[in-house]
Amino acid sequence: MKKSRKQTIVFKNAPKIIGNYTIVGQKEGNSNFKNYFDYVLKNDLFGEKTFENAERKMLEHAIWNALDNAHLDSKDLDLLISGDLLNQIISSSFAARQFDVTYLGLYGACSTMAETLAVGSAFIDGNYFSKVACATGSHFSSAERQYRFPLELGNQRPPVSQWTVTGAGCTILGDSGGDKEIVNATFGKVTDFGINDVNNMGAAMAPAAMSTLIAHFEDTKTTPEDYDLILTGDLGKLGSEILMDLMENKGYKLKENYKDCGQMIFNNNQKSYQGGSGAGCSAVILNSYVMQKMKEGVYSRVLFAATGALLSTTSSQQGNTIPGICHAVEIRNCADKKEKK
Amino acid sequence: MDSIERNKKYNAYVDAKKPQTKNFPTLIYAYLVGGFICMIGQGIQDTLLAIFPTMSTESAGAWMLIVLIFLASFLTAIGVYDRIGVFAGAGSIVPITGFSNSITSPAMEFKKEGIIFGLCVKMFTVAGPVIVNGLAISVIVGIIYLFL
Repeated sequence: MKKSRKQTIVFKNAPKIIGNYTIVGQKEGNSNFKNYFDYVLKNDLFGEKTFENAERKMLEHAIWNALDNAHLDSKDLDLLISGDLLNQIISSSFAARQFDVTYLGLYGACSTMAETLAVGSAFIDGNYFSKVACATGSHFSSAERQYRFPLELGNQRPPVSQWTVTGAGCTILGDSGGDKEIVNATFGKVTDFGINDVNNMGAAMAPAAMSTLIAHFEDTKTTPEDYDLILTGDLGKLGSEILMDLMENKGYKLKENYKDCGQMIFNNNQKSYQGGSGAGCSAVILNSYVMQKMKEGVYSRVLFAATGALLSTTSSQQGNTIPGICHAVEIRNCADKKEKK
Repeated sequence: MDSIERNKKYNAYVDAKKPQTKNFPTLIYAYLVGGFICMIGQGIQDTLLAIFPTMSTESAGAWMLIVLIFLASFLTAIGVYDRIGVFAGAGSIVPITGFSNSITSPAMEFKKEGIIFGLCVKMFTVAGPVIVNGLAISVIVGIIYLFL
């Protein structure tokens, strides 16, 4: 019985990453990672009438093509785990109609990518399923109309705000094949340090990231230096600076190997203030850039810790503070592990 | 540690760390764009008075407002007004054009949920408070005026 310590579960039959796919909107297609994405939309509506439908279609597209990338058919798939930001996670559930496969909908706000990977890995590790698809996505325009103001309203965004990424990513996990594996997963605790500024998501989520990262380092007896890359979800510029301060106070110094998807994704000319956010943000960076760099051997041990702000428009209008969550998975190159043995 | 104390400390730390809006340049932009919109309004009114010499200044003013409201609504529909807003801030929100934008933009946005429950219901999500407060205050002022 591999009874794990506290928040981290260590996988005995480490699930392999056998397929990836990313699809992004136009703004993301002009970002720092434009050469890594698989597909860039020509129009943010993706041939649909509404942005919600476009988001659903992006997810479908990402899942189909990730399956293709893993040389699988939807019949080979055992389980689809997916989540998104819209009310009642409609994009995920509606996308799942297209696939004749058992489905689990998860909501972890912007932490969904790591959450789906962690849950999917546990199913494979326990030998319950052999092929699991983990997907998530977000759309700037659908998120904006749900959480903020109409698109054409001439208002100014505050300097602490972030820009929801239009994009979807899908990872296919399998019990064999593939050159990367998920070795452990740390589930996060809901953490609330009393931030109630809905624009300042980075500050609201940074304490959750700190809590999960420290739990991970303690449980696995590692330090930040042991990783080639520690990647948080979408804290943005401000949030990742806050996280570095918080971690330093607790005695963990994050150095150059620490990066944040939200901070990285957009370049300075794209007027996104603190950077990207949304479930799609970490999903598209992980499934494109990080996977590519791991394949090239630039990174061989990556800690992926996606962060989410668990608020709703109702909760914040009623004056509640913003709880944050962060889940982490550790991804390794299989070859690297053999060498170390 | 006491969580209230911890949250207070964290909020103070975040407030000190977060980037602030640059007041001086935003004031200048708002002043210039807001002033320019008013200048256009004055220009429209003067033109109307020049074309129709018999028109009273009051009704020329009313026509001018209608033209400005239409222009802002039109610019919203073609996706220009929100870009002006990003640059100008209060400069394009405070004049009547901003009011027009705040009604047109949700109307466009929520048309997808149907004419009645989408467009008609959501049309005033942004401008609603302005209308409610305007009405309420005008009633109060009216009552005060009655006793003066």
